Amino acid sequence: MTAREELIADAFVQLADTLVAEFDVLDFLHVLVERAVELLDADAGGIMLADQRGGLEVMAASSHEVHLVELFELQNEEGPCLEAFRSGLAVTRPDPAAMRVSWPAFTERLEEAGFASAQAVPMRLRDEVVGALNVFRVTPGALSDSDMKLARALADIATISLLQERSMRARDRLAEQLQGALNSRVLIEQAKGVLAERGGLEVGQAFRALRDHARRSGTPLAEVASAVVHGRLRLGR
Amino acid sequence: MAGILAALVAAGPSASWPDHLVEACRRATGVTGVGLALVDHTGVSGVVAATPGVGRELEDLQFSLGEGPCTEASRSGRPVMCPDLADDGGTRWPAFARGAGRAGVSAAFTFPLQVGAIALGVLDLYRTETGPLRGPYLTEAVAHADAAVAVLLHLQGRDDEAGATGLADLADRRAVVHQAAGMVAVQLDVDVADALRALRAHAWAHDRAIGDVAGDVVARRLRFHDSGNGTAGGAGVRHPGPGPGGEPA
Repeated sequence: MTAREELIADAFVQLADTLVAEFDVLDFLHVLVERAVELLDADAGGIMLADQRGGLEVMAASSHEVHLVELFELQNEEGPCLEAFRSGLAVTRPDPAAMRVSWPAFTERLEEAGFASAQAVPMRLRDEVVGALNVFRVTPGALSDSDMKLARALADIATISLLQERSMRARDRLAEQLQGALNSRVLIEQAKGVLAERGGLEVGQAFRALRDHARRSGTPLAEVASAVVHGRLRLGR
Repeated sequence: MAGILAALVAAGPSASWPDHLVEACRRATGVTGVGLALVDHTGVSGVVAATPGVGRELEDLQFSLGEGPCTEASRSGRPVMCPDLADDGGTRWPAFARGAGRAGVSAAFTFPLQVGAIALGVLDLYRTETGPLRGPYLTEAVAHADAAVAVLLHLQGRDDEAGATGLADLADRRAVVHQAAGMVAVQLDVDVADALRALRAHAWAHDRAIGDVAGDVVARRLRFHDSGNGTAGGAGVRHPGPGPGGEPA
């Protein structure tokens, strides 16, 4: 195996391990995004899920910096994530000029944030698109065909993980699951704020503190976040 | 969701919003009855509004029994979709399923009204026909649940300063708003619901978007302080000002 093949194999082993052990869907999606960024030689990434309000919500991002999160939120208007979600197809553009034609406002903000290219692949569940995996790079240009394939494989794993947390009987279960996960996401944002303020941390550091505690104690991320917001748990300094 | 809230505001004073909301939800989702209930850790603590007939009857039933989809949705933080109560309702909530059957209700869909750690209540949809809640009906149900969150947060706020304007701010789902609410909760030593209301009141008082105010809080350009009399409110909020004292703790 080449070094890259080994990295890919490692990533899939790690992801599969997470899927079978004590499973926490939000933590899993964060791990997946981090590995996707690494494997696709990207500089940032995230997962957006359909929220049944007709919009897309950021579920996991490789960094918690406000400007990055905004790049995802902006895609409720335009951008590769929205396009992948609507078309059900992988989305890429050959160069920044083509990006500007398709997504003028998004591309402007992307460039302000220091990135030069963006790609998205849909997360598909049978005939339904439930979200998209998005990566940003500082170098311009499209992903290679093999990287695009890898991105699709990672997006498929993300979809499977949504069904894994509970045995899913039908679409109704998916609706329950998605709304539950979306509320947990808000809870984690609140906990990041509480921790950031108490400990003088940046929100990204606050997230890592939450996740480290969740993993060490084998507690779901959302439960740790709830304990922090309700003042039952103090982390860090 | 903004359209739903605008219609409520146009319909009358804030006390009438819950009644208008359940009726609007019933029409938009094609169900038979809708109820809006408050839930605390002990179960349903009060029925805020219900459509006459089936809606009212089943809300009262869940309230008196202390069991039903409502407690489950509230505890799990997820919707409970029960397209056929005769199928698994009987094992999940035997007494509720019997009562629902007597009232002619065959399907129940319950949406928790939560904003992260803030648990407000539930929105219950009841239908006489079995079958899932799908497509546009599901979208409408979720939108009405979001509107119900904004209405309950608004009605539970102590100061009514921001009035009906900015009602949608209370259902903003952007990450930065909730990070800021967490920070403000610590700054003012209040719960996150009060912190969210304080953010909205500040935005209203300074004629700014709540997302911008939240961005300033997260970037530590803005801190919230107690207003002096021990209550945390929009009016007591001060900018840190230039010079010393404006730095984060």
